[in-house]
Amino acid sequence: MCLGIPGRIVAVADEEAMLCVVDVSGVRRTVDVVCVATPDAPLDTLVGRWVLVHVGFAMSVIDEDEAAATLKVLTEIGEAAAEMEALASGSLDPLATPAA
Amino acid sequence: MRFVDEFRDPALAKTLVTEIEAISARLERGRDRPFAIMEVCGGHTHAIFRYGLEGLLPDLVEFVHGPGCPVCVLPMGRVDDCVAIAERDEVIFATFGDAMRVPGSKKSLLQAKAEGADVRMVYSPLDALTLAKRNPGRQVVFFGLGFETTMPSTALTVLRAAREGVQNFSLFCNHITIIPTLRALLSQADFGIDGFIGPGHVSMVIGTEPYRFIADEFAKPLVVAGFEPIDLLQSLLMVLRQIEAGEARIENQYARVVPTQGNPAALKAVHEVYEPRPTFEWRGLGSIAGSGVCLRAPYAAFDAEKRFSVPDVKVADPAQCRCGAVLTGAAKPWACPEFGTGCTPETPLGALMVSSEGACAAYYQYGGLRGEAA
Repeated sequence: MCLGIPGRIVAVADEEAMLCVVDVSGVRRTVDVVCVATPDAPLDTLVGRWVLVHVGFAMSVIDEDEAAATLKVLTEIGEAAAEMEALASGSLDPLATPAA
Repeated sequence: MRFVDEFRDPALAKTLVTEIEAISARLERGRDRPFAIMEVCGGHTHAIFRYGLEGLLPDLVEFVHGPGCPVCVLPMGRVDDCVAIAERDEVIFATFGDAMRVPGSKKSLLQAKAEGADVRMVYSPLDALTLAKRNPGRQVVFFGLGFETTMPSTALTVLRAAREGVQNFSLFCNHITIIPTLRALLSQADFGIDGFIGPGHVSMVIGTEPYRFIADEFAKPLVVAGFEPIDLLQSLLMVLRQIEAGEARIENQYARVVPTQGNPAALKAVHEVYEPRPTFEWRGLGSIAGSGVCLRAPYAAFDAEKRFSVPDVKVADPAQCRCGAVLTGAAKPWACPEFGTGCTPETPLGALMVSSEGACAAYYQYGGLRGEAA
């Protein structure tokens, strides 16, 4: 819950509602990007960026190396699996399906 | 140093441990007890145990595991309130999975669900809002808990519900804030902590400025830390260097994620939606002034406490439990008479045994290297 998980923003889901699609190790879901969006800039400037996702909200933009290192730590301490499971199965998001 | 070779940069880890040992040796003269460094965040506690960092430290330095696991500090009475709301026929009670097994005075949310209450585990408060939109005939209540890390997510969900006019969604707000809690701990007469490892993701939201009083008023160092083993060792070394120099400053080891000013959009939402409660009760710690928040008047329509009557009865922790002493660093988990016997991760009495971020569950799972409890 508090550690979050890194994901890569792959698409804008709803510009007005401030929602983007994030890919977290192959699982996709929409996340709220209010906290990482640059005011008045279009959301597609976020596409391709890595973010730290906490309970459905992108909370921090991170670089790719940081994302990889964080995923490694989460895997090692046994939190990545729990977070991925919650993300995939606890979610009602229609986009929360494994990426093709 | 048997685990060090597994770290991302084993050479750096060895250098850090050597430095920590050297400082410890220099500080040893005239010292009759170890330097107690409290990591506030439950995620740090979990990482410290998983990587066996305690075993790398000299005898003169010890981690004390602080109250930063939100599930662990939830009082029984609030769990009872959750159950009371969840058992109403019209309610769908949505919660993070972590909270399902926390014991109330009679049952947990998991037991209430087994008995027929409509309790749903969700990943995000946004999923609870979706549930509300899909079930217009039901009342969907989201159980909001956590420190400043999760607070923006529920605040932004309430703002979204207000914007979209979703009337059957409400929040049972049990959020807590870190600053009044640290102040309450520091104000205890017998609080024997020499320095702090500051929480990483709480600080990502609030920044580093709010910790300043810890250095200015209480003359203790605090270093905000990341979650990798290297981060924790480096942060510990930074704390010890301050102690050796006789300094007390707020430093930021996790600057790659934590900006000095925090996250402005997250803070704006939090301040828009929440205001401090006069006081809030914590499991094991009692009531702490200003440590909880509730919904501000303009968002009262989304406040589950106003929408439903909740029992709001204070329930004492089991008398034999020592959760409070463990949370404040006054006792190690194995000093509790119930540890590992009456209280285990499968059948927890106290919440510190429920979450993987709780000190007791961590000691139980990985074994306290000095307590040899597991």
